[in-house]
Amino acid sequence: MRYMSRILIGASVLLLFGCGSADPSATGGPLAMRRLTGEQYRNAIEDAFGNQVEVAGRFEPDNRQEGLNALGASRVAVTRSGFEQYEAMARSIAAQATSPELRADILPCQPRSATAPDNACMAQIISELGRTLLRRPLTEEDIQLRAEVATRVAEEQQDFYAGLQLALASLMVAPDFLFRVEVAEPAPLPEQPERLRLTNLSLATKLSYFLWNRGPDETLLAAAERGELAQPEGLTREVNRMVASEHLADGVSAFFEDVFVFDQFDELSKDVTQYPLFNNRMAADAREQTLRFVVDQLVTQQADYRSLFTSNQLPMTRSLGPIYGIPVRTVDGWENATLPAKQSRGGLLSHASFAMLHSHPGRSSPTLRGVFMREALLCQTVPEAPADVDFTQFTQDVAAVHKTARDRLAVHATQASCRKCHALTDPIGLGLESFDGIGKFRMSENESAIDTSGDFDGVTFSNAAELGQAFAESPLVSACLVENLYRYAVGRKQTNGERRLLRYLEDTFAQSGYQLPALMRNIATSEAFRTATAPAIEAHTAKQEPTRTNAQSDSDSTTLTLSRSEST
Amino acid sequence: MKNSKSGAGINRRTFLRGTLGGAAVSVGLPFLDVFLNTNGDAMAATGAPLPRRFGTWFFGCGMNPQRWNPSTEGTDWELSPELLPIAPMRDRMNILSGYSVLLNGEANQVHRTGVFGALCGGAPKTADTVTGPTLDVLISDAIGTRTRFRSLEMAATGNPRHSNSLRDVSSVNPAEPSALGFYTRIFGPGFSDPNAAEFSPDPNVLLRKSALSIVTEDRKRLERQLGQSDRARLDQYFTALRQLEQQLELQLQQPPPLEACSIPKAPVDLPHDTEIENVMANHGLMAQTLALALACDQTRVFNMQFSDRASSLRMPGSTDTHHTLTHEEPRDAVLGYQPNATAFVLKGMEAWTQFVQTLDAVPEGDGTLLDNCLVMAHSETSEANTHSVVGMPFMTAGTAGGRMRTGLHISGVGESVSRVGLTMQQAMGLNVGQWGADQNQTDRPISEILV
Repeated sequence: MRYMSRILIGASVLLLFGCGSADPSATGGPLAMRRLTGEQYRNAIEDAFGNQVEVAGRFEPDNRQEGLNALGASRVAVTRSGFEQYEAMARSIAAQATSPELRADILPCQPRSATAPDNACMAQIISELGRTLLRRPLTEEDIQLRAEVATRVAEEQQDFYAGLQLALASLMVAPDFLFRVEVAEPAPLPEQPERLRLTNLSLATKLSYFLWNRGPDETLLAAAERGELAQPEGLTREVNRMVASEHLADGVSAFFEDVFVFDQFDELSKDVTQYPLFNNRMAADAREQTLRFVVDQLVTQQADYRSLFTSNQLPMTRSLGPIYGIPVRTVDGWENATLPAKQSRGGLLSHASFAMLHSHPGRSSPTLRGVFMREALLCQTVPEAPADVDFTQFTQDVAAVHKTARDRLAVHATQASCRKCHALTDPIGLGLESFDGIGKFRMSENESAIDTSGDFDGVTFSNAAELGQAFAESPLVSACLVENLYRYAVGRKQTNGERRLLRYLEDTFAQSGYQLPALMRNIATSEAFRTATAPAIEAHTAKQEPTRTNAQSDSDSTTLTLSRSEST
Repeated sequence: MKNSKSGAGINRRTFLRGTLGGAAVSVGLPFLDVFLNTNGDAMAATGAPLPRRFGTWFFGCGMNPQRWNPSTEGTDWELSPELLPIAPMRDRMNILSGYSVLLNGEANQVHRTGVFGALCGGAPKTADTVTGPTLDVLISDAIGTRTRFRSLEMAATGNPRHSNSLRDVSSVNPAEPSALGFYTRIFGPGFSDPNAAEFSPDPNVLLRKSALSIVTEDRKRLERQLGQSDRARLDQYFTALRQLEQQLELQLQQPPPLEACSIPKAPVDLPHDTEIENVMANHGLMAQTLALALACDQTRVFNMQFSDRASSLRMPGSTDTHHTLTHEEPRDAVLGYQPNATAFVLKGMEAWTQFVQTLDAVPEGDGTLLDNCLVMAHSETSEANTHSVVGMPFMTAGTAGGRMRTGLHISGVGESVSRVGLTMQQAMGLNVGQWGADQNQTDRPISEILV
């Protein structure tokens, strides 16, 4: 059946603009309403007010779904204490932006008098800064509502800027600033009468957050206002421009930060007796090291994605030198280093960031590392530990008798109920045992030699570098990247209707030599990215009015952030 | 606020008309009267009954049932080995043992089923779902609407994600991770000393309200664009906004004097992580700030996480965490339990006792703050080694203003944890006769401890 339908679709291929090969022209799934992440909030403030304004405050924790905060962003609301923080940040930012020191740099006009209302200037500021913050032109009503109240305050207090502060703060607590709300309009096809397509402005926002992790710039907004994103040429032109932009690095970095669960660095702590080398600076550098590496490889050098798992090049700082056993000349800043061959390091899997994050505070954990590799890099699911395994039946002190993690895990996997999942995670996790709980190379644990050999889905390896090579060659690894990137782009899991699109994206990714920017371009220009399926359009929605629907009824099945239960 | 003419900064009456006139609100009375009228009973003058407060206190990874559960019931119960630390406060507490999450055919989801079973009155149906709200949110909806904060969440582990408090899964109330941050949130800007000789409302509060009311104008347009589940999320956003508005309204009026209220000194900012001594220290600082926040009536509901679900507490120098020890440490052949894992249980009981003592150290009315509180201590398992949700540990402290007896050990072997939650709600004055879902549904509070 599936074979048949593929042939039928093959017969009616549409030429995809900008790419030249066949797009399976899937319609996208439900629309998303996504809460800005902390980083996206900061970027939005920088775009509106420049980089002299400080964003001081705490954001509500993100909510990881199916491995990605980008999916959780489509599920989270705002809590009472989260809103309290947003409001405090909005006031602080508004006060800075209107301060005597910064106002001339930030505001598009100056009032005739600082101690009196000036309607024209007030409206202009609200309109221009509001356009950046809300990622759309403001309506007359948006502007008037704010200008009126602001003018009255300016009058009462004889202070133009007091009124302006209020107007600006109201923009930054607005729900359509804090959430990216996708809006669509009917675009029926004969066989899909309920098909929708994103409005130009919505598409602009979706594109810019996907590619840049920030709101649209003026060029993109203007193109959207002219309706050009609905045209193949206009869309291709803008996507090409965005992929070539220096902001692409931010987009790529944000995506990998999400896949690599780097937000967990915020709460990372290590036992100082076990790891006297460790400090917060080192952790921050380890996080940045991997992101710099990824951006350098994939954006700057346009390298094959799979080389991430094998490259022995790595940006280095002085604080990280001792972990890798590399002398670092640069006192403050980054320099390029080549990983020492005798540590059998190669690629991402041997980075300090991974070793630190997927370990316990006082020791490494092959199981945690294996879970991460299976779930984040291979898109597989490792079941939770069964509830009722009684480990204490092992009466001897496993840790005292068995010196290495491999020995300890071997004892522990004598139970059939444990073996099933640990067989997925431990063999690959043990391949990284030559890196301790902060990523420092070691040859032994408790004076027993460490054996890093193993088998990754039928491919044998003897050390971390060979495991990295096996990952680079695994078709699962590149397919998982495509799946993660697509989910990240649309803020939800792929629908059944989009599966074919994913296969197509995998094929074109391979054809491009696994170039990430090419893959991003293909996703951004795909039919599914700019269209949506609608369930029944609700009665109150007029035909011509932009509508928005959301078919996802499982929004209450949100994962609570949970420390993963695990046992060695 | 330039251009000050009077001590209060500006002519309030003119100011109010000017500021709010353009927005949805229009007010013709001096604002102090207006706001007093809208809040009449809660903020009545002195002589009003003292507020009653509810809180939860969470410790991860349970206990050893054979060493924690007291062997005798009633008032003369004998302290068990793992309850020894509570000795100084035993008469002010109850021990509730034996209550279980009845699984109703669902899988026991490790480190989740126990806690959300107890807080939501039933076993979560599938992995990753919780049917909120949790007990504390139910209670804060009833008693928390007239204070500056609906509730306060704290994590002694320094991780804002360590919170069990949620209205539904899309809005988990984040915890304050630092003692200093927690202090600043309460006693920093926006705090109004109820015992101050003079009250001058901050004129900025009205500006802040105006900024919020502008946003509300746009609600209808946004709602039209949303599907059902996203509309519910937008509702939550507006609920949060409305709660901030209420908080601001309270700041415009003079709070009634509160004898018990005094302003603590700002705590030092200690390292906050999962190392046990740091956790103990931060927990102690947070408890002190909380006690005075309660005495100053800044909130009536709180949630303290001493440790997280699947406790990540650790001893300095150790390669293990509390959680990994519960699974991997062998039972000592002579002792019959896991000594290193159990050390964390004792630390927890010690911290819990200190917490209760901290509330008891604040005089209030004829007794202490503790008398006007009801705190429920709980965990996500009984025996963590097997993730058991049978016979889970509960303790209560305080009498909720005389509505609870204390000093008792009640054993509810085989009965649902919902009986505990129902009892908490009734003690806090909620008009609830039945609570919980499926097998965990009950209409029987633990009447032995209710007055």
